[in-house]
Amino acid sequence: MVDALISHYNYWLIIILMMLGLYVVVSRGNLVKKIVGLNIFQTSVFLLYISLGKVSGGTAPILTGKPEAFSNPLPHVLILTAIVVGIATTALGLALVVRIRESYGTIEEDDILISERSQDASDINGSSA
Amino acid sequence: MRHHLVLRVVSKMLIPFILLFGLYVQFHGDFGPGGGFQAGVIFAAAFILYALVFGDDQARKVVPDKALILLVPLGLLIYALTGFAGILLGGKFLDYDVLSSDPTHGQHLGILVIELGVGITVTAVMISIFRAYAGRTKAIDKEDW
Amino acid sequence: MTASIDMVLIVDLVLLTLLCLTALAIMLVRHLFAVVALTGAFSLLSAGLLVTLDAVDVAFTEAAVGAGISTVLMLGTLALTKRREARSPKLSPIGLIIIFSTGATLIYATPDMPKFGAVDSPGLVHIVPSYIEGSENDIAVPNIVTAILASYRGYDTLGEVAVIFTAGMGVIILLGRRREDEYGYSEESAAFPLRPETSNDEEGKDKS
Repeated sequence: MVDALISHYNYWLIIILMMLGLYVVVSRGNLVKKIVGLNIFQTSVFLLYISLGKVSGGTAPILTGKPEAFSNPLPHVLILTAIVVGIATTALGLALVVRIRESYGTIEEDDILISERSQDASDINGSSA
Repeated sequence: MRHHLVLRVVSKMLIPFILLFGLYVQFHGDFGPGGGFQAGVIFAAAFILYALVFGDDQARKVVPDKALILLVPLGLLIYALTGFAGILLGGKFLDYDVLSSDPTHGQHLGILVIELGVGITVTAVMISIFRAYAGRTKAIDKEDW
Repeated sequence: MTASIDMVLIVDLVLLTLLCLTALAIMLVRHLFAVVALTGAFSLLSAGLLVTLDAVDVAFTEAAVGAGISTVLMLGTLALTKRREARSPKLSPIGLIIIFSTGATLIYATPDMPKFGAVDSPGLVHIVPSYIEGSENDIAVPNIVTAILASYRGYDTLGEVAVIFTAGMGVIILLGRRREDEYGYSEESAAFPLRPETSNDEEGKDKS
C-alpha cells in the first residue's frame, strides 16, 4: 500500500499541476492568463511523458561505451520537439491576443462578449429599421 | 535603450559566446545533449538579445528581413530535399544509408544535414516571431522603466 | 540502488511541489508582469526536474525556450496589451466541478500505470531496445535521442519542423506589418507588408 502510494505520488502531483492549469484556462477571463494556463497544462503533460520513461538507476540516454541502463529515450524525442512546437503555437496564440486587443480594445473575455452582443443588437436594429 | 551602459557592454561581450555555444550545440548534438532545435533557439536568443539592447532597427541591419524570410523555408527545404535525395540514390524517403558508400557514414551525413535544416528554420522562425512583436511595440516611456 | 532512487524521488517530488506552488501563485496574482516572471521561474524549475528525470536534451530545450524566448514573447504581448488583469479572481463553480471530476478520473486511472522508475515498464520493452542497439551499431551516434529524432523518427521531425514553419508564418501574417505611426514607419521598412490599408485608428485607446 505504502509502496503503491510512493510509486504513484509523482503522477498525482503531475495531475494536480495539470488541473491547476486547466482551472486557469476555464475560470479566468483574461486571455494572456488563459495562455499561461495552457502552458502550465502543456508542461504537466511533458512531465507525465518524461516521468513514464524514467528508469530507476538509469542514466541519460547517451552511449558512453560502458554497459548501463538508460531511461527511455523515445518520450524525450517526442517532448523535445513538442516544446519547440509549443512555443511556436504559444506565439501564435499571443499574436491572436494582440489582434483581439486591437479590434476590441480589451483582452477580457467578458468585455469582448459584451461588445459583441451590443454589436449584434445594433445590427438587428439597423436591419429592421 | 541608449542609457543602459552596463547592459550594452555586458551583452556585447556575451553575444559572441552565445553564438559560439549555439554552433557547438548544433554540431555536437550527435555526441552530447543538443541538436537543431536547441541550437536554433540559442542562436535566436543571441539575436533577440542584440535587438533588445541595441534596438530593433540596428538588428535589422545585421539580419535583413528579406534574408530572414528566405531562411524560414530554407531549413524545411533542406530537410525535405535530403529525404528526396535518398529516393534519387535508390533508397527510401529519408533513408540516409544510401547517401554515402558506407551506410554508417551516410547516417552521420544525413543527421548532420537535417539537423542543420532544423536549426536554420527554428532560428529564422524565432527571430521572425520576435520581430513581428517588436515591429508593433511602441517605444517604452522613460517613467515606465 | 534503492538509496539512489530514493534521492531522485525526493528531489523529483520537492521540485514538483514547487512547480504546483508556482502554478498556484500564477493563478492568484493579478499583475501580469508578475505572472510572466513566475512563468519564467516555472520553466526553469521544470527544466531542473527534467534533468533529474534523465531527459537532458529536453531540459536543455525547456531552459532555452521556456525561460528565454517565451518570457520575451509574453513581455512583448504585455507591452502591446494590458499590464493588469481587470477582474479579481473569483471562485468559478463550473471550473471547480470540471477540474475535480477530471482530476479524480485521472487519479483513479493511475494505479494502472507502471510504477515510477519501473524497469519493466511497457514502453521500454517493445521497440526502444532495438533503437538503443541500432544507434550503437548501425548509426554509431552516441546520443540516442539524436539518433531517434533524426533517423528513426525522421518523418515525425519533418512534420514538427513544418508545424514550426506554419506557426511562424501565422504570426507573421497576424502581426508582421509594422504599424504606420510616428515612429519612423515607411512602407519600405515594413517587415512583411501584407495589408494595404492603414490601421492607426486604435492608437488613442491605449493610454488607459
